[in-house]
Amino acid sequence: MHKVHFIKRNSPVEYRLMLERQQTARDALAAGEGPNTVFLLEHTPTITLGRRARPEHILADADALARLGIEVLQSDRGGDVTYHGPGQMVAYPILNLNAWRPSVDWYLRALEETVLRLLRGYGLAGERLEGYTGVWVGGAKVAAVGVSVRQWITGHGLALNVSPDEAHWRVIIPCGIKDKPVTSLARLVSPCPPLEDVMERYVRAFEEVFACETLLDEE
Amino acid sequence: MGKMIEVPLPDFGDGDAADLEAVVSCWPVTVGTALQTGDDLLEIVTDKASFVVPCPCTGILREQRVFEEDRVRTGDIIAVVEEA
Repeated sequence: MHKVHFIKRNSPVEYRLMLERQQTARDALAAGEGPNTVFLLEHTPTITLGRRARPEHILADADALARLGIEVLQSDRGGDVTYHGPGQMVAYPILNLNAWRPSVDWYLRALEETVLRLLRGYGLAGERLEGYTGVWVGGAKVAAVGVSVRQWITGHGLALNVSPDEAHWRVIIPCGIKDKPVTSLARLVSPCPPLEDVMERYVRAFEEVFACETLLDEE
Repeated sequence: MGKMIEVPLPDFGDGDAADLEAVVSCWPVTVGTALQTGDDLLEIVTDKASFVVPCPCTGILREQRVFEEDRVRTGDIIAVVEEA
């Protein structure tokens, strides 16, 4: 059985710092000197532009973003514009897909499946929407997915809305999709589960989908 | 002069990848670059994934057949590499 090392961060982390951590972990895994790793964390408020992002999907100007304390950064993942911030669980699996299945499509679906299982544990029926990556509940997006794959080693991953600051959402058109709303566990489950609980359950869901043993470290 | 190898876009998804269309996002290497098997050759993106195509052989990149923003499918010839 594969082993996966989970690293859980206990306070919000800057996006650029995690870009570096991911790169270090990817290089180590590619060189055969590091484990398959999943970083679990919250980010400080950030808007990221994926490879195919359209800057006009950011609705606020630079001053408004600065007032909200939101940083804007480029990212090498696929996808359009995404918001990250406190109250959102981010998972960055750094996996060598040769150990599972070297298929980008399979990997995207497996990541979605981890969230579907997690949601089931809270009594929620998540779903996939044909033609849209991510996980949806009642037609609203609860988790966004965007990955990069190089030498079959993965980077980036998914973001699940637990209890984000909704004012921050209004400054973007998430993933460039205008007619589909965004939702969160806070809107769907009462009382909203604490992030700690969501992360613990996420590790279990990941173990099931990727048929792996996990080792958990906190930072 | 070495053998000229036409490099097709590999299957990076499942068996039904012929339906999958991606867009060229960037060339990390320029024509004339010496490449080893597995080196980064071309980056493409779908709506949710970016994927770096590895060079399938050792040699020199002689020709780029696709360019940024081009739409590509599995099997399309993306480059010509002169085998070392």
